Amino acid sequence: MIWGVLQFPGSCDERDALHACGVATRSQAGDSSDSTHSPRLVWHEETDLSEFDGIVVPGGFSYGDYLRAGAIARFSPAMTAVAEFAADGGPVLGICNGFQVLCESGLLPGALLDNESTRFICRAGELIVGESDSLWLSGLEPGERLSIPFKHQSGRFFAPPELLERIEANGQVAFRYAPGQNPNGSLNDIAGVTNEAGNVLGLMPHPEHAVDPLAGGTDGLKILRGPAIAAGAARA
Amino acid sequence: MISVRVLIRPKEGILDAQGKAVESALPALGFEGIEHVRVGRIVELRAQDDRRLEELCEKLLANPLIEDYEIEIL
Repeated sequence: MIWGVLQFPGSCDERDALHACGVATRSQAGDSSDSTHSPRLVWHEETDLSEFDGIVVPGGFSYGDYLRAGAIARFSPAMTAVAEFAADGGPVLGICNGFQVLCESGLLPGALLDNESTRFICRAGELIVGESDSLWLSGLEPGERLSIPFKHQSGRFFAPPELLERIEANGQVAFRYAPGQNPNGSLNDIAGVTNEAGNVLGLMPHPEHAVDPLAGGTDGLKILRGPAIAAGAARA
Repeated sequence: MISVRVLIRPKEGILDAQGKAVESALPALGFEGIEHVRVGRIVELRAQDDRRLEELCEKLLANPLIEDYEIEIL
């Protein structure tokens, strides 16, 4: 599994994401990756993603969050390539600001608004795995509880009633905040959604910060391992 | 060139966290009886003509899912 991690001006979680992808790949049973399979950063002006098996659009403050979070990053050349990569079924994960970028790009449904509290949130929290066929959930069971850090200013998931109904009916809700832990006022406690095909996932909490037992747990790896597990199952 | 002002505001019915924060600060400053504060933004620009202004608003200046916009030619 070779990962590409996008880097916009103003990204700040790309190095953690890079590290997390490396840990996920190296720790995966049966994966023969060596250093040539290491993930690498992809500057936002790059347009060729053909060397990658998966793409992460990381968190941070792309373009200073000017206008709206994610609004300007969607026009980066790399995002056109990400849209093509996604259309071909390639796994794409947008974390936090990356989630906002994917929503603004139209690759994911909905929008993310300022937290109800208007405060920046940074703490440990729990997610519940949704009922979804997404490849990102290949190593997970519906209802499973994951400990993943919450860290955001604009994480309130919103979709107009009709769209929300469709997202729910299609099984596009990949993760919800555990009961009583919705930190931002997201509709239906939604923490993560996928596109209809399930290969693009947007997640407000940060799996890339949960890959080391010394730093609070490794549940983030369970999400990052999803695409390789799905690919393995497809080969078998 | 024409001068254009675009007014962008949160859609009615969507909780406006910024507006709520401003509103809740007012009583402490002695402003009573003020409610329904909504915070939007204004974008001013100059354009050769008005042909693609709608598209500009739909694609970048506003997110039509959560915001309404008004284009004013000055």
